[in-house]
Amino acid sequence: MADDAKEPVLRFENVSLTFDGETNAVDDVSFQVLAGETRVIFGAAGSGKSVLLKLALGLLKPTEGRIFLFGNEISTMDEHHLYALRSKIGVLFQEGGLFDSMTIEENVAYPLLFQQARAGTQNGAGAPTPDGVNGKVREALRFVELEQTLDKFPAELSGGMRRRVGIARAAVTDPPLMLYDSPTAGLDPITANTIITLILKARDTRNTTSMIVTHRYQDGHLLANFRYNPQSGEIEPVSSAQGLQQSRTVFMVFQAGRLVFQGNQQELEDATDPYVAKFKAVKS
Amino acid sequence: MLDLVKGPILALQDFYVLAGRAVKNVVLRPHYGSDIILQMDIIGVGSLPIIVLTGFFSGAVMAMQMAKALSTYGATGQVGQIVAITLVRELGPVLSSLLVAGRNASGIASELGSMKVTEQIDAMRALGTDPIQKLVTPRLIATAIVLPLLTIIADFVGLIGGFVIAHFTLNITSSQYWNTAYRALVWADVAQGLLKPFVFAIVIALVGCFYGMRTSGGTQGVGRATTQAVVVASVWIFVLTLFITRIFVNL
Repeated sequence: MADDAKEPVLRFENVSLTFDGETNAVDDVSFQVLAGETRVIFGAAGSGKSVLLKLALGLLKPTEGRIFLFGNEISTMDEHHLYALRSKIGVLFQEGGLFDSMTIEENVAYPLLFQQARAGTQNGAGAPTPDGVNGKVREALRFVELEQTLDKFPAELSGGMRRRVGIARAAVTDPPLMLYDSPTAGLDPITANTIITLILKARDTRNTTSMIVTHRYQDGHLLANFRYNPQSGEIEPVSSAQGLQQSRTVFMVFQAGRLVFQGNQQELEDATDPYVAKFKAVKS
Repeated sequence: MLDLVKGPILALQDFYVLAGRAVKNVVLRPHYGSDIILQMDIIGVGSLPIIVLTGFFSGAVMAMQMAKALSTYGATGQVGQIVAITLVRELGPVLSSLLVAGRNASGIASELGSMKVTEQIDAMRALGTDPIQKLVTPRLIATAIVLPLLTIIADFVGLIGGFVIAHFTLNITSSQYWNTAYRALVWADVAQGLLKPFVFAIVIALVGCFYGMRTSGGTQGVGRATTQAVVVASVWIFVLTLFITRIFVNL
């Protein structure tokens, strides 16, 4: 297959992480994510899902094993080299992770200003052009349909809106890899679907690789079987003829830090393991 | 027994790592100038009223106490000298630093602690900014600049406080008070009076940031970090003032 020849976007090789020498937060995990794939990560609370994303970002270092991001080994990389690499990743943190002392506009502009500050350190110039930043910020906020909130503070927005701003901030630099930590946790079903729609939109209009941590089966189902239609602005089911999307959506199930299942939706439906089966659709 | 000391030693090691990186970042790019100015405003201008008030009253009370003691030798005229020396060498730096520790070590720890528990520090790292460069170093630079300045103001206002007492209750003339005060001070006094707040500023900023950055356990953790920062910074101020004084006494 052609994809195998390509360097995976993210590769974990026998990665383990131990806190305080006691419990294994992540236990001997190996997998690789290819460009254009969507990974849906299921698991009970405390099963190591969020830790996995932090490892992928290099925010935590593994105690054993190796992690490769865009072909660079990040498990031994020092923090300063990581900053450049991280600009290729967009992240949505569990509660949005917005800077609460900055306005929405400043929050979304933050990654852009940082990139220019870094460019400035390399060539001595590169002062941020306010117009360029402003345009991109507005575009990103229009993307999540929150253009009217520019001057508000995160505390003034609802939980769903904060996450939408989080998505805007993650996507503003157009990164090839997007990570979402529990984007729908604690939201009502309608807002949760709005968030998933935005994730699909980010994935299908920019062709990004996505990893989504969630505990809702519906999220995984939508990601595997729907796509964003830029003409109508709605999501629509992928017909079986274009079944490509489903094969490119891989489900992973974590239990107590170990990767206990990896496969497509059909394989998840067929799984007999009682723990894995808990994340399947409840057929009524 | 070994486990008992492991925690504090690990914490000390973490503190040195943070301190080292924060200091190294002072010369490394990118610089966040606007953050430094903002912190100087919060820490320096914000502390001015309380520094002026405590400076004035500590100078006044020193004059009162010393006048009583000096009167037994019939040397009440020397009150300006004593007020000047105690204020510039010890009281000015230590009192200002303790006040700033109470105001700003707590402020820094709670601000950074809240950011830590709401994943804003992680978000910052994920968005490619070094939180030490962006948060710790500006606070370190700002405190190190403004605390010596605040101390100068506290010293001066304290001398005025001493003068008010000396002039109006002890009938010491203005020229006698200021002359003895001025002549009592040598360069070494001024040097240690400025070195102390500079060193304490580094301690206050780094301790505040250190406890803020290692906050865990939600809102309660933020409260705990804040308390620890103030207590530890204050204790270090007293310990270090002894060591710095020791150096200057031997000069």
